[in-house]
Amino acid sequence: MLRVRNVWWIVALAVLVLFPLFETNPTWTGIGVSALIFMGCATSWNMFSGYSGYVNLGSAVFYGVGAYTMTLLADHLNVPGNGDLFWLVPVGGLGAMIVAIPFGLIALRVRRHTFVVITIAIFFVFQLSAINFSFTGGTAGLQLPYIPWLETNFNKPFYYVALAIVVFATLLSVAVRRSRFGLQLLAIRDDEDRAAGLGVKVFAVKLVGFTLSAFAVGMGGALYAIFLGQIYPQFVFDPIFDISIALMAILGGLGTLTGPLLGALLLESTQQYLAIRFSNGSIYLIVFGALFLLIVLFMPQGVVVFLGDWRTRSRERRAEGALVASDAL
Amino acid sequence: MTNLLTVERVSKSFGGLQALAECSLSVEKGSITGLIGPNGSGKTTLFNVITGYEKPDSGSVTFEGTEITRASPSKVFALGVGRTFQITRIFARITVLENMLVATQRDEGWLRGLTRSKSSKSELAAAMEWLDFVGIGRLAAQPAGSLSFGQRKLLELAYVLVADPDVILLDEPAGGVNLTLINEIADKIRALNKSGKSFLIVEHNMEFVMNLCDRVTVMHQGVDLVSGTPQEIRSNPLVLDAYLGGSDEYDDEEVS
Repeated sequence: MLRVRNVWWIVALAVLVLFPLFETNPTWTGIGVSALIFMGCATSWNMFSGYSGYVNLGSAVFYGVGAYTMTLLADHLNVPGNGDLFWLVPVGGLGAMIVAIPFGLIALRVRRHTFVVITIAIFFVFQLSAINFSFTGGTAGLQLPYIPWLETNFNKPFYYVALAIVVFATLLSVAVRRSRFGLQLLAIRDDEDRAAGLGVKVFAVKLVGFTLSAFAVGMGGALYAIFLGQIYPQFVFDPIFDISIALMAILGGLGTLTGPLLGALLLESTQQYLAIRFSNGSIYLIVFGALFLLIVLFMPQGVVVFLGDWRTRSRERRAEGALVASDAL
Repeated sequence: MTNLLTVERVSKSFGGLQALAECSLSVEKGSITGLIGPNGSGKTTLFNVITGYEKPDSGSVTFEGTEITRASPSKVFALGVGRTFQITRIFARITVLENMLVATQRDEGWLRGLTRSKSSKSELAAAMEWLDFVGIGRLAAQPAGSLSFGQRKLLELAYVLVADPDVILLDEPAGGVNLTLINEIADKIRALNKSGKSFLIVEHNMEFVMNLCDRVTVMHQGVDLVSGTPQEIRSNPLVLDAYLGGSDEYDDEEVS
């Protein structure tokens, strides 16, 4: 059973690794890069919000801080426009983690629904700061070093760095789920007060989880900054990002491992495809709205859990059928 | 006999409501102490104050010589005071065994959890042993949310026990449970008491309390009214007064 599941993971990874080798059209590999960035971010978001039940609608703060850390450092250190820029991606992640500490210290003082509201408020503080401070370039944004690669091969390095972030975020999620720490996050999700009464240091656990989840999101933001070549406050501190990440994880299956990966892959590639196909940037919002109504109505626990239940049920039905058949004989 | 847990003149009010008014109580080492009183007399509030869920306005709580008056719930638990809740609280979406593992290490640094796996061999063995002790070992792999009400009570007792506390506070262990299970729970408590655990039990089932407890404290309107052996309590006129009249709150199911 476990071995079969591992085989599927290897197959999925192989497909993702081989994709840009067979598909060289920059339009498609570009969609691949965006989808992978979202997969990494959604998985990392889910590692805290999915496990602990604290829905963070301010994850664009980590994304934006990652992007700005990258851009400002690249400028400050005079990094040339080549593969050296990628070394700054983890530094962007660290920047996001540093910001996550005071963010968490404030937001995690309150419970659940209030937490959601506070994260949104803090998100707007960051967006407005990026617009109004001078070192961020304000609404004019900032430029990154120009990368003079050929268009046909431009996306490939980005694709593989994004894939590395996805692998990292997934492995971190697995490690956390298997650790005592992850168990404590799940206990907090189910009954925070009871967990405290069983010796779980709830505030510390929440803060560590929150900060850890910022890392991959910050790396995603940093990578996205180099990919675009320039950043604006509205692009990297984007409320749509906050919501998209949460919806991707919820669509796939909150708190599951495959859920956010699948949700992000489906939603982001659909969105990109629709945007290109209908040359209308907003048509995806209509499709998404309808999709989410259907999900909430028919599979509120997400696609992954729904399919899992469906498989168990059909297997049981088959077993029952076999039993009836053997009785008849 | 020395006192394991001492509550001295604790007061707590919620707005205009005085839930506890200079209430005192002690649990002797190795004893089973009962805490009874009409509904709204402050028993659960006293539990919350002892275990750190509520901060008292005044007074002190001491456990084995250590003052724990304003300590956090996790700190109180780490020192060795376990409790169950009146409305049973378990972690519904993880398995029964994982519920047990949450409590296994009662005093572990918060960073330690990151670097260690969910369970060690000895912890798993201890968890299974306690699950078997309360009789739900065969349900270990089930999600805890699928347990019945009675099984949840047993699970809650088991995961408090797995952390090996010195004193266990039980809030209505027999509430809403069938007679067979009540007797079973009483037997478990007696067996644990023999092995050295002390208990403080809030319960409305008089037969349960009177049969089980060494000493009983009666609370009324936030004050400890009388303390004594079950025999003394039965014949004390103040207690009858508290339950039957002299106040506007009484509880007819408790007259036995």
